[in-house]
Amino acid sequence: MNDRQQIKLTQGIDWPVMGLYLALVILGLMSIFAAEHREGDNVWYNIMHLNKNYSRQLMWWGVSLVLATIIWLTDSKFFTATANLLYAFGLLLLLLVLGIGRDVKGSHSWLVIGGFQFQPAEFTKLCTNLALAKYLSSLETDFNKLRSRLIAASLALIPAAIIILQDETGLALVYFAFFLVMYREGLPGLLLVIAFSGIILVLSALLVDKNILFIIFSVITALVIYFSRREIKRSRSRLLLILAVWAFCSAFVMFIVPFAFTKVLKDYQVRRIEVMLGKENDPKATYNTRQSMIAIGSGGFWGKGYLKGTQTRFDFVPEQSTDFIFCTIGEDFGFAGSLIFLSLFVALLFRIIFIAERQRSTFSRVYAYGVASIIFFHLAINISMTIGLAPVIGIPLPFVSYGGSSLMTFTMLLFIMLRLDADRQMVLR
Amino acid sequence: MSVYNQPRQRVVQLIILGMVILVVARLFFLQVIEKKYSKLADANAVLRKVVYPSRGMIYDRKGQSVLRNDVMYDLVVTPGSVKNIDTGYLCRILDIDREEFRKRMVAAIIRNGRVRTSVFAALLPPETFGRLQESMYLFQPGFELVQRQIRSYPYAAAANILGYIGEVSPQMLAKQAYSAYQMGDYLGMTGLEKTYENVLMGTRGIQYLVKDNLNRPQGAYEKGEFDTAAVAGKNLRLSLDIDLQVLGERLMRNKIGSVVAIDPQTGGILAMVSSPTFDPNLLTGSYRTRNFSKLFTDTTKPLFNRAIQGTYPPGSSMKPLMALVALDEGVITPNYGYACHGAYTTCGRTIGCEHAEAGHAANLRLAISHSCNSYFVNLYRLAVDARKWGSVKKGHQKWFEYMSAFGLGHRLGVDVPGEYAGYAIDTVGMNKRYNGLWNSCSELYVGMGQGAVAVTPLQMANAMCIIANKGYYYLPHFVQHIDNDQSSLLAKYKERHTVAHVSDTVYSSVIYGMEDVVEHGTGRIAQIENVVVCGKTGTAQNNAIVNGELKKMKNHAFFVAFAPRDNPKIAIAVIVENSGFGGTYAAPIASLMMEKYLKDTISVKRKPLMKTMLDYNTIDPIVRVKSKLDSLNGATAKMTTDEILNVYFRK
Repeated sequence: MNDRQQIKLTQGIDWPVMGLYLALVILGLMSIFAAEHREGDNVWYNIMHLNKNYSRQLMWWGVSLVLATIIWLTDSKFFTATANLLYAFGLLLLLLVLGIGRDVKGSHSWLVIGGFQFQPAEFTKLCTNLALAKYLSSLETDFNKLRSRLIAASLALIPAAIIILQDETGLALVYFAFFLVMYREGLPGLLLVIAFSGIILVLSALLVDKNILFIIFSVITALVIYFSRREIKRSRSRLLLILAVWAFCSAFVMFIVPFAFTKVLKDYQVRRIEVMLGKENDPKATYNTRQSMIAIGSGGFWGKGYLKGTQTRFDFVPEQSTDFIFCTIGEDFGFAGSLIFLSLFVALLFRIIFIAERQRSTFSRVYAYGVASIIFFHLAINISMTIGLAPVIGIPLPFVSYGGSSLMTFTMLLFIMLRLDADRQMVLR
Repeated sequence: MSVYNQPRQRVVQLIILGMVILVVARLFFLQVIEKKYSKLADANAVLRKVVYPSRGMIYDRKGQSVLRNDVMYDLVVTPGSVKNIDTGYLCRILDIDREEFRKRMVAAIIRNGRVRTSVFAALLPPETFGRLQESMYLFQPGFELVQRQIRSYPYAAAANILGYIGEVSPQMLAKQAYSAYQMGDYLGMTGLEKTYENVLMGTRGIQYLVKDNLNRPQGAYEKGEFDTAAVAGKNLRLSLDIDLQVLGERLMRNKIGSVVAIDPQTGGILAMVSSPTFDPNLLTGSYRTRNFSKLFTDTTKPLFNRAIQGTYPPGSSMKPLMALVALDEGVITPNYGYACHGAYTTCGRTIGCEHAEAGHAANLRLAISHSCNSYFVNLYRLAVDARKWGSVKKGHQKWFEYMSAFGLGHRLGVDVPGEYAGYAIDTVGMNKRYNGLWNSCSELYVGMGQGAVAVTPLQMANAMCIIANKGYYYLPHFVQHIDNDQSSLLAKYKERHTVAHVSDTVYSSVIYGMEDVVEHGTGRIAQIENVVVCGKTGTAQNNAIVNGELKKMKNHAFFVAFAPRDNPKIAIAVIVENSGFGGTYAAPIASLMMEKYLKDTISVKRKPLMKTMLDYNTIDPIVRVKSKLDSLNGATAKMTTDEILNVYFRK
């Protein structure tokens, strides 16, 4: 009897995901340690007294593993049953933060409970993912209808809107990850194309003079009309469509982008974007990106060796345990190490997608895709920021960055997926 | 649907791969192709120099700078790079022996390790710096000279307000709050320097210089492309009037006590004197540590900021507040009189009164101007026993709430650290003290400012602001404006605090009483030509334990005032410890300072008064003998009375 139960306890766990999870968290701990450790520090003393980030991260990992065990022992049906309730609870927490939250580093998104700071914006990702899975898997939802798509989109965008009000724009951005899930579930591919074109439009609007852009657009439109003149002869609506696209693009670069940059975005956000594009030379604004790139670049091909990096060790890189943790990896382990590190993430993401596709229930599949998308967005934005491909957006690197809220949320996200996967023979709604 | 959308799995995977390839390509460029970055981090090729920003300045209300930034040099050492140097020569320049040299080296390694720099000799005196600079090439690369900015104070005043800056300690560095600092950095330790550290400090810059094989800087690396300029700290603009502050420190010389003057219309503090004080220049430069221990051990405690840390029984100066409570609760009208015959005996104890003649407390105005004790202890009893409260416990709690609203019994939140809360007893405290058995007689002294109530001079000056403004105040503060700052740091000082529902007419009757105090009462000495001054004297009894027995000490002299009566521009509280009558010792100081502030000069007629005040010496001879405070007081050091007078009254 006892034996059977023990077999049961780990039965169905997906070991590749588990292994990758452990590898990433341990790498994270090592990096935080490397960023903080000084020659001559008493490591055991620091771990026992929780007075360094790495010791606190170790504690948070312990807490996360307890949560993971609880999740693993929970029935899968629990998550489908409480998905909407958790979502409501998450929204409530977010609103609560707006009211009684604490300002930490310029963002009004922290709750302080008995000395510990907690960021609900991290936690609500989990709730939103569950709620979206629940909604898309419900029998009444026909995702080919516009109404369902709008509801699904608002499920993701409502928490994002509240988080923007908390001045935590970076985390709000992550909620757009859910559009990747919705795309997988049947959102038209055209939207993806439009989103990409939008990004390219914004970039070109910032980099190129708007009058020149207007001329370029006009020339392209004229060429398109010339080459499709036969089709236009057949249907007038084609001409109208082409003209509408031309009008929209022109208005977008000439009015909407400048308006957004002067009126909507905050001053520091505009500057961070300009830093990324190389337009801003104010040393104060470029400092973080500069130092981060120096640290990573100085790693060379093989890296300087663990605990041998000079940039991260001497505090030149700001926020090096949290948002800029990748600097430590880039500097100590070099290009080779970064490549291995990134492949760990790619392996994890692909494995999650593989798991998602083997699910029988839509709920589990949508959920798993959600996990992959969230991790992907965090990874993409965070790493791009440290190497100067994206503006400075303060979001953590999943499993690796220092931070209790972040580590717990990602652990819970992953283990709920593992639980659902273990029960993939069940049909969950 | 799942089957239908299966190919989209591939699209998602492609997006992920595309992104990762982009990142890898960028990493390849940064880490493998581009050599600029690795060079930058390479200490052998490129010298990284931290450029310290100049610390923000501090200006007084007229725009005069109350301090200056000066440059001094630290000798720093990187123990790992010290090779083949002439130790003996270095020791001779620094005037230390080899043993001391070894000790400092070991200390540096223990503190920061071999590859990080530590301060070897801090703030070199100019002549040492000169000699070192000439022969510095002999000691490089292990030793370097690093520029430090230190403060100097042209007025030699306001030491307790401004605070000082010092080197960050290892204990501080261990804390999260100081993570932006490195060993050897300087930061504000007390006063405004500490409160506004984040604003004043600015941002460090980094300069990259190409070095040759002898480690000599050869110019900017990559034309300065990677340099980060230091951003200077922001300037503070204070409400402080430095001339008034200096006058206050001079008038308070040879006395222990404090003066706080506030502009009631903004809550900006005009002067905050804590006496004895010291020259702030003592805590900068090479002899900082030595001077600090001297100040720290002095018997007169010059580092103790009495204006916000000293708590005193307010004595009679509390009476106007008691009157406001009684009037506002409706237990009396301004016409209420009390037949005092020289003592208050109703509670079975005799509380004496200075006056015995009939009618000296026939109404509130007379009672305030004659400072009738009986009248005010009676008011306290009337207020807490009022029928509408039902019980004395509720009534006393109500009294406590009024005191809180007037800013007593809790920290006001002034922008200088270390403020004390003072004390006002509430019902919980009363229950504790009397085991729950008490009535309005138990602590009736609080009505006349004695007993279970203690205030800081700042709280008293703030209470005057409330009366002067007829019912509102701004949190007292020093910093009115921070240049180029959009943060909400000062928001709490711009917020108007209204003291609940006390009406204008109620204030007027108290204000007229206070006017009479100066017109023909105990505070006549405070009169200023052509200005209507409202004030109240106080003479607080106090005891101290001397050689193991409780001994009655000389009274504390208190004077609180504001002027002019209409549209007040200054509210002031003065306390002179263990001196005597408030009217004799405290009122003249308040009056002279108000006159100086309102008229910018002091009338020649008052020269004798000022001379008397400068010459008063109220410090206990025993304390005095042991103290060296005269040499410490920056504003008056080595100045005779006549020299000070000549500053204010030209011949």
